[in-house]
Amino acid sequence: MNGISLYRIGALALRYLYLLRSSRIRIIELAYWPTVQMILWGFITQYLMTHSGVLHQAAGLLLSGVLLWDVLFRSQLGLSVVFFEEMHARNLAQLLISPLQPIELIIALMSISLVRTLIGVGIAVLLAIPFYSFNLFTLGPPLIGFFLNLLLMGWAIGLLVSALVLRYGMGAESIAWAAIFALAPLCGIYYPVATLPGWLQPLAWTLPASYVFEGMRAVLLDHAFRLDYLLYALLLNVGYLGLGIGVFLATIHQARQRGSLLQSGE
Amino acid sequence: MTVSTVILVQDLSKHYGPVRAVDGISFTVARGATCALLGGNGAGKTTTIAMLLGLLLPTSGRIDLLGEEVPRYRQRVLPRMNFSSPYVDLPQRLTVAENLTVYARLYGVRRVAERLAVLGRDLDIAAFFRRPYGSLSTGQKTRVALAKALLNEPEILLLDEPTASLDPDTADRMRGILTNYQRRSGATLLLASHNMSEVERLCDQVIMLRAGQIVATGAPRELIHRYGRKDMEEVFLDIARGIQSGEVLE
Repeated sequence: MNGISLYRIGALALRYLYLLRSSRIRIIELAYWPTVQMILWGFITQYLMTHSGVLHQAAGLLLSGVLLWDVLFRSQLGLSVVFFEEMHARNLAQLLISPLQPIELIIALMSISLVRTLIGVGIAVLLAIPFYSFNLFTLGPPLIGFFLNLLLMGWAIGLLVSALVLRYGMGAESIAWAAIFALAPLCGIYYPVATLPGWLQPLAWTLPASYVFEGMRAVLLDHAFRLDYLLYALLLNVGYLGLGIGVFLATIHQARQRGSLLQSGE
Repeated sequence: MTVSTVILVQDLSKHYGPVRAVDGISFTVARGATCALLGGNGAGKTTTIAMLLGLLLPTSGRIDLLGEEVPRYRQRVLPRMNFSSPYVDLPQRLTVAENLTVYARLYGVRRVAERLAVLGRDLDIAAFFRRPYGSLSTGQKTRVALAKALLNEPEILLLDEPTASLDPDTADRMRGILTNYQRRSGATLLLASHNMSEVERLCDQVIMLRAGQIVATGAPRELIHRYGRKDMEEVFLDIARGIQSGEVLE
């Protein structure tokens, strides 16, 4: 493999920024769902605070959960949806006959996913301050670790979903939306992993997000920073991201063998 | 591979299960030549071009482009070649200038604005630089696609049906642009086409394919003479129908 070129990665990231800039609706849409979720869960929190001891103790529990969940969700969608754009636009073949290397395509997709996640979740996080007097940044420095881990997990799932769509065509596109929701009940977003049935708990602990949400509760309820949770999550993410990259690259290689790159499209 | 040979193909095959899309073809193209890959639908033209581009991996055989083995060293060759086809597209929502800027950077073009200005003038596309690519007519899109293919001033330019679905005027202008580019740069052109008058006008070498195999090669005039026909259109029909040179069509 030749050296990775930041110039080429920047060129492709520029293409995605042009695309984002070309439609204001897209920018609004990026922030729309996280904001609606935040508003909904904000009201639920206000209601439950008068009835729940746990929420009275840590008012931001649900809102932190929903906003961090959106980091995971948006980072996955931000990667896979942008990749689908290339397939819809019948542009993938053009990219793959240019000097752009597949690994550079992956890095560019990750870069734009980061931008889209920051826009989408960032606006909801800022709106939560005036709406509910809730500031996610009160989680402190651990928030950086939570954000990073959720981002990495989102990218890993995004790459696996993109590989699936590359292999089976745009008919599999709905998996991009469904995949992450299949994991949501296991991640312990709104409740501890211990709430799950015993047989499901080992499965939950194979997900980096479970450690993030447990770590979030440790900060909010016990005012404790669980570095061990972050490190477990990071370790798992290294594995999952490696798997995601490997499967994506292998799928491109397979598409070159099958001749499906010329036919990719709607 | 001699110094002047820029495309070398040896025993190249692509099989999809029992289907032999390309079946053991060998040919060379010299620097500065314009070579046409001809054949009916399913003859193996696009498959061959896709393998040259590295978009499709051969089942067997060897490809050397500009002295580098492909796909093994495709990364060394790709910045020096380019491709245009109406069957692949550019992002519709991006403007023409945005699309060309992105691809100029992907191909490592350094003075992007200058290069775009030159292509805008040469291909007469500057007037719609700010328009979304998706809003252009077919002819305009084809010119933009050709501009994309010329961004890096390629030494090898691969073209799949370069004038398909263009009106005669636009098609003629496209051929003029390609001829001028080749004269000026000395580039090698390999094109797949169904337009025989285009082939006669542009090409000095023809490779005829049928069912994935090469059935005839030579200069257009040579083939016309060999088959005893008046133009390439008739030669094409003979070959597509499996008539050997010298046979008389009943």
